[in-house]
Amino acid sequence: MTTIGLFNYWIVFVLMMSGLYIVIVSTNLIKKIIGLNIFQTSVFILYISIGKVSGGTAPILVDGITLYSNPLPHVLILTAIVVGVATTALGLAIVVRIHSAFNSIDEEEIYTTSD
Amino acid sequence: MEHHIVLRVVAKLLIPVILLFALYVQFHGDYGPGGGFQAGVIFGAGLILYALIFGLQTIKKVVTPSFVHYMSGVGLLLYAGVGVISLFKGGNYLDYSFLSADPVHGQHLGILLIELGVGITVAFVMVSLFYAFAGYRQADLKVPPDTGHEATEKARDAVLEREPQ
Amino acid sequence: MISAHLPALQVVIPLLAAPACVVVRQSTLTWLLALLVSWISFAIALTLLVQTFFNGPMSYELGGWAAPLGIEYAVDVVNAFVLVIVSGVSSVVLISAKESIERETHIKRTHLVYTGWLLCLTGLLGITITGDVFNVFVFLEIASLSSYLLVSLGPDRRALTAAFQYLVMGTIGATFILIGVGLLYMMTGTLNMADLAQRIPGVAQTTTVRAGFAFLVLGISLKAAVFPLHYWLPNAYTFAPSAVTAFMAGSATKVSIYLLLRFFFDIFSETFSLRTMRLDLILLILGVIAIFSMSLVAIYQSNVKRMLAYSSVAQVGYMVIGISLATTTGLTAGIVHLFNHALMKCALFLALGCIVFRLNSVDLKDLAGVGRRMPWTMAAFVIGGLSLIGVPATVGFISKWYLVLAALERDWWWLAFMVVASSLLAVIYIWRVVETAYFKTGPVANTEEAPLILLVPTWVLIVANIYFGVSAVDTISFATRAADQLLSTF
Repeated sequence: MTTIGLFNYWIVFVLMMSGLYIVIVSTNLIKKIIGLNIFQTSVFILYISIGKVSGGTAPILVDGITLYSNPLPHVLILTAIVVGVATTALGLAIVVRIHSAFNSIDEEEIYTTSD
Repeated sequence: MEHHIVLRVVAKLLIPVILLFALYVQFHGDYGPGGGFQAGVIFGAGLILYALIFGLQTIKKVVTPSFVHYMSGVGLLLYAGVGVISLFKGGNYLDYSFLSADPVHGQHLGILLIELGVGITVAFVMVSLFYAFAGYRQADLKVPPDTGHEATEKARDAVLEREPQ
Repeated sequence: MISAHLPALQVVIPLLAAPACVVVRQSTLTWLLALLVSWISFAIALTLLVQTFFNGPMSYELGGWAAPLGIEYAVDVVNAFVLVIVSGVSSVVLISAKESIERETHIKRTHLVYTGWLLCLTGLLGITITGDVFNVFVFLEIASLSSYLLVSLGPDRRALTAAFQYLVMGTIGATFILIGVGLLYMMTGTLNMADLAQRIPGVAQTTTVRAGFAFLVLGISLKAAVFPLHYWLPNAYTFAPSAVTAFMAGSATKVSIYLLLRFFFDIFSETFSLRTMRLDLILLILGVIAIFSMSLVAIYQSNVKRMLAYSSVAQVGYMVIGISLATTTGLTAGIVHLFNHALMKCALFLALGCIVFRLNSVDLKDLAGVGRRMPWTMAAFVIGGLSLIGVPATVGFISKWYLVLAALERDWWWLAFMVVASSLLAVIYIWRVVETAYFKTGPVANTEEAPLILLVPTWVLIVANIYFGVSAVDTISFATRAADQLLSTF
């Protein structure tokens, strides 16, 4: 942890909060998905930071190296990235359908027309 | 895309290399960085690049939408199927050691097949996502609201009955 | 021989059937396949429940990798019970799903619907059976993504906005769970539930673990629609196709409540989660607010589906109150209510599915006089409603009875009183439907009774409502054993 300090975690924190903020505040559905993506990305960075072992190298078996970073969080986050892609794709697909059904992707306009 | 001669030539040169590299990443995943996820994405990207340059209609002649759907199911079936085979051979689910007489060989075979399944699914899901979004024209999906009248009902049915792309 | 592999088969069979549906591409065949697979899962779940009840917990190592390193499927009475609920609900609802979904959504090629359904089932069973916290997240996302899809199929265009809302909230919830799991992994270096339970006490005083706990509780509560985090649920339930609503009402929130139980009592100890973090107080207050406010909101709904959706949030409140009491009786009440609520809500939503099938509406004003035209459907609705209220000889009574007992055990008369009083609110909203259906006349003269394939599953559940209400010995003994096991150390 000494090599990178807490810098990573600050970045994670900032990204996480800005992502969540975008999701909550923006009324544009596409922007909401972008916010969601930023929010998820921050968690990816969190996991990758957890996996770092000070002085360790990439977890590929090479002669003469004994200290490796922890590959498990990387594997976990690979799964989470795939989940993120799937969520984004599904979200965008729903937005496309919303656009054709309501002629708008702005949340406020949609709710005023649908009531 | 008639005029972009540079793009077309470069793409024609690059796409085979991209697909080949995908296969390398796929099958070298045993020993080095790589594996099904990465290879699938690279393979899918190769196909998508082709579609971007030569048009959606051109690629659909080679990689038909129904084939894409079919393959994204097949990949997952391969993955889960390997697990079931190891069940039948007396091991736990996904215990590759039982796939072959020699456990080490079995582990190699198992991870190869599993990653192949992952690769196939990822590549074709990427392509089908691309087809779905790129092939989308608003008029296609515009479902008339359900008013209960017979005329709109027919229009609705016509839209909803269309083969999913 | 095969019995040793049942935990894996429980998840793998629906997982295999899902892509098979994509390959088969024929609506009726895929429906039959989904139905068959769902019933097989149900049989497996029942076997697992019996086995774990008599022979103790089972463990299954995926890929033959031993537990703390590999992914373990751990089955005990608690999750076997939930597995039975989930697969049972899916099996019964699927019988009517084909007719109901095709009629409501006008989708002619439904093979992808069943793919989604089976994936959702896979996910829910997977969450329940797995003994690995990261695996929980993966299965949670499988289940969630497919349920967003199923919700968006609804006939009304507002189904799309409901699905989008659900997607955003659900993803935030799942990501919170992911953060929580990550923070726990930071402190303990393990993802296995049993292993976590052993290592957490040593680091329980650190801020990281507490933050992780907070993220997990928030994320899971969001998925379970615990009172202030229920915002996505009414819309999703209202606009989804009726069969999907019935399936989700009987399974999705139940699984999340199970997760809450697992995390509270097994992974974190009861002392940590309820005493140190004071969640008993928080959950009790939220639960009491939920049962009153949500029942009140339900009374004022004109859409019957939405009314029942709000009532679902209120019912989650009862479960949460049961959990917050943290006694054997309280937990028994919570767990048995998981089962009972799945039975009654699923039956009610299926009855609504019958009504939608004929009337194409579930608005209260359109139901006037429907009681005479569709006697069997409405009779089912009335019995389901009585069960929801908690009338003796129905399952609803059993859960309320145990909840009141648990409250009295702690000498909390006021709580017992509140549980009973809130049931009276249910009387009001059920009565509104009954009154409209039986005592008003409306333009439903040509309506026929719903087809048999929709009525049969509804009545199967109604009969189960009465059967398990009259002879509750089995469910109670399973639930008591589950509660005891949760309260003992892992």
